[in-house]
Amino acid sequence: MEPLKTVEGRAYPLGTKNVDTDMVIAAKWLKTISRVGLGKGAFEALRADPDNVFDDPTYAGSPILIAGDNFGCGSSREHAAWALIDMGVRVVIAPSFSDIFASNAFKNGILTVAVPQEAVDRLMEVAKTDPIHVDLEAQSVTTPFQDRFSFEIDPFRKSCLLGGLDEVGLTLGNTSGIEQYEQKRAADQPWLVPAVA
Amino acid sequence: MTQPTTLYQKIWDAHVVERRDDGTCLIYIDRHLIHEVTSPQAFEGLRIAGRKVRRPDLTLAVPDHNLPTTARRDAAGNRIPIADPEGAGQLAALERNAPEFGIRYFGDADPEQGIVHVVGPEQGFTLPGTTLVCGDSHTAAHGALGALAFGIGTSEVEHVLATQTLLLKQSKTMEVRVDGELGPGVTAKDLILEVIRRIGTAGGTGHVIEYRGSAFRDLSIEGRLTVSNMSIEGGARAGLFAPDEKTFAYLKGRPMAPQGAAWDAAVAYWKTLVTDEGAVFDTSVVFDASEVVPNVTWGTSPEDVVPITGVVPAPESFADPSKQAAAKAALDYMGLTVGQRMEDVPVEHIFIGSCTNSRIEDLRAAAAVLKGRKIAGTIRQALVVPGSGLVKRQAEAEGLDRIFTESGFEWREPGCSMCLGMNPDRVPAGERCASTSNRNFMGRQGPGARTHLVSPAMAAAAAITGHLTDVRELVGETA
Repeated sequence: MEPLKTVEGRAYPLGTKNVDTDMVIAAKWLKTISRVGLGKGAFEALRADPDNVFDDPTYAGSPILIAGDNFGCGSSREHAAWALIDMGVRVVIAPSFSDIFASNAFKNGILTVAVPQEAVDRLMEVAKTDPIHVDLEAQSVTTPFQDRFSFEIDPFRKSCLLGGLDEVGLTLGNTSGIEQYEQKRAADQPWLVPAVA
Repeated sequence: MTQPTTLYQKIWDAHVVERRDDGTCLIYIDRHLIHEVTSPQAFEGLRIAGRKVRRPDLTLAVPDHNLPTTARRDAAGNRIPIADPEGAGQLAALERNAPEFGIRYFGDADPEQGIVHVVGPEQGFTLPGTTLVCGDSHTAAHGALGALAFGIGTSEVEHVLATQTLLLKQSKTMEVRVDGELGPGVTAKDLILEVIRRIGTAGGTGHVIEYRGSAFRDLSIEGRLTVSNMSIEGGARAGLFAPDEKTFAYLKGRPMAPQGAAWDAAVAYWKTLVTDEGAVFDTSVVFDASEVVPNVTWGTSPEDVVPITGVVPAPESFADPSKQAAAKAALDYMGLTVGQRMEDVPVEHIFIGSCTNSRIEDLRAAAAVLKGRKIAGTIRQALVVPGSGLVKRQAEAEGLDRIFTESGFEWREPGCSMCLGMNPDRVPAGERCASTSNRNFMGRQGPGARTHLVSPAMAAAAAITGHLTDVRELVGETA
């Protein structure tokens, strides 16, 4: 996973409340064999509207998404996080997030920033003309106009995101315990390695 | 060491790599089974991160869910293409990923290929006292051999591939104790359906079930696999049987099982894998084997179980209002009326197969009922799908295939088949199937399909009469 320290760039000013994971990625995209490439299916229903923010060239490739309350509610599909990452989004800013989505986002290296509705309103306004700066170390969101909003994050998740450590990476960060266990098992119970026919 | 402990606790303790302050443990995984549906994104994750599979030697890959059960090679030995491009894509991905990551792979036309939960025990890949996982909830089956076995999601599949471990919290323990002898015509399937009827589909949530008592002990390994397989339908992620002489006899000489001196050392260890006298379970369910009769499901949840001699229950007969509503919806979906005798329910499809009931003993039980008989003219399709290529060969060596085909069944290639609508074998909307599989969910066997879960002998009996039938009467008639 790519470490995430600071993210600066334009932001999709979506603003919608209760964006569910079906809206992020519809069920018909779930039969894929890849978590890559789901970006093209992201927000498919919203993109039927010709004035949608995702197809507006102003925001093309934005690393930040700004949304309303309860982002990521509904189905637990990990594909929603895969779709966002695939379209290049590393940070979602909203007043609140569903627990499951927040967990899936974290597992896939996406930072969820919860700030009050007034802050979201202001950032939506800035996003229409200017870039936004997110600093995970400082736990702040800033704009070129001296706006500064701070946010909370679980210390464990913060260190994982800063270090680019997913859960697999974390476990791999301490393989000596696994190696010791394997050596002991190989000595005590050598039959555990399957015979090769 | 003085504290008496459960079998589950013993296996858990033997696999703790690291214990964290919040009680979460890093648990070592001894065996990992892979199939085509839940593994592609896990392999992709490894590839993107530049990671290897830590222990390919502890990993085994077999395609099963998507494979059509019709011929896979033409007369010239060329692969017959699969019509569904997405299913074909998942199969192709596994065929590519396994060798790329150094994992042993049984291909679609290899005699060892089969349903992953049939292949593991059959190869001796599944061993007592091991931890075994697979991206499939019916992994619980392997508990029949005394392995702590459970299903996992795709992110966890990737975690196991990369680290050979999982971060887990310990489960609670449930004892299901059944003493006494099962009556004639009553099988392992009837017994586990009875357990699920009693505890409900959420009864085992958060628990690992240990099956205890003489009724479970007297089951063959195949019967135990049927029981443990459906632990998940009772809400339990895993089931366990203490390994015994039957387990050892079943495993001895299997291709991947220990041999020679290693075998003796393994058996000595396996003999310690019992729940100690006086060990305490969090929950206990006890009944007598004489209370179990041939069972059948009437609704759309595996807990919707009645004796074959019973009738379709009234929704009002359930105390819980939400269950009443669910029962109403189920009756509507199933096209049944309250009070209708289960034996009067006609079926148009018969499915003998799935990871629950596709082993040699299941096929023998069905063939014993079918021998010398023809299926009813009203049956549109009757499928027998052996659980593996080796089961298929064994059955053919015993002449079972001819009994099936002469009675009107189709004899197919191994795979998950009609258990779930992921391959061409489906029950059409509004039609009814007597099925030896494990889930009677709405749409499970195809959109609109109506499923009645039964034992292999009961499925065979329904095939002959064209309606749900008490196999005891049918066999009794000619006995």
